[in-house]
Amino acid sequence: LCSAADLQKDLGEMVKKDKVVVFMKGTPAQPMCGFSNAVVQILRMHGVDDYAAYNVLEDQDLRQGVKDFSNWPTIPQVYFNGEFVGGCDILLQMHQNGDLVEELKKLGIQS
Amino acid sequence: PSRPVEKAIRTKLTNSLKPDHLEVHNESHMHAVPPGSESHFRVLVVSSQFEGLPLIQRHRLVNEALKEELSSCVHALAIQAKTPEQWGSNPS
Repeated sequence: LCSAADLQKDLGEMVKKDKVVVFMKGTPAQPMCGFSNAVVQILRMHGVDDYAAYNVLEDQDLRQGVKDFSNWPTIPQVYFNGEFVGGCDILLQMHQNGDLVEELKKLGIQS
Repeated sequence: PSRPVEKAIRTKLTNSLKPDHLEVHNESHMHAVPPGSESHFRVLVVSSQFEGLPLIQRHRLVNEALKEELSSCVHALAIQAKTPEQWGSNPS
């Protein structure tokens, strides 16, 4: 119970440490799931290369912990400036309707 | 074949969101799972309850309705959540 509480506290710090944070299956170089791969590709299209990616397949506690943290049941999960943005579908729709460019601008990232 | 998970998804989204239009697609066959699996789904939900809500809140409503399935058998759920107006101008 104690370590679960610690993890929630750590997650609060992990999502704030970098402007863009992704929890995914696999790594940006080797995504292990189509949805995680879609997030990597969308970020790449917008020239976002410098982001923190955490592989939930390497850590079962992290896999469950991040779902509890965001109250979101699926992986991948994307955070901008410490705020939960959504999963693959939301990022894709933000890419399609232009919102993603605006949000990245707010982070100081020109796509 | 009886598709209990697909049926449950349909029933729960119908009851909670009163959709004008609902599509539930089992895409499990596109993944490395045994034939007949019910693990990967795509849903298109058109509901007036989404009006005025940002995307993330709409998705949260869908996730909430399918909480039980998502914590057990359903590994992946792709969501499109539209208002009737959005559906009217782009029915895909």
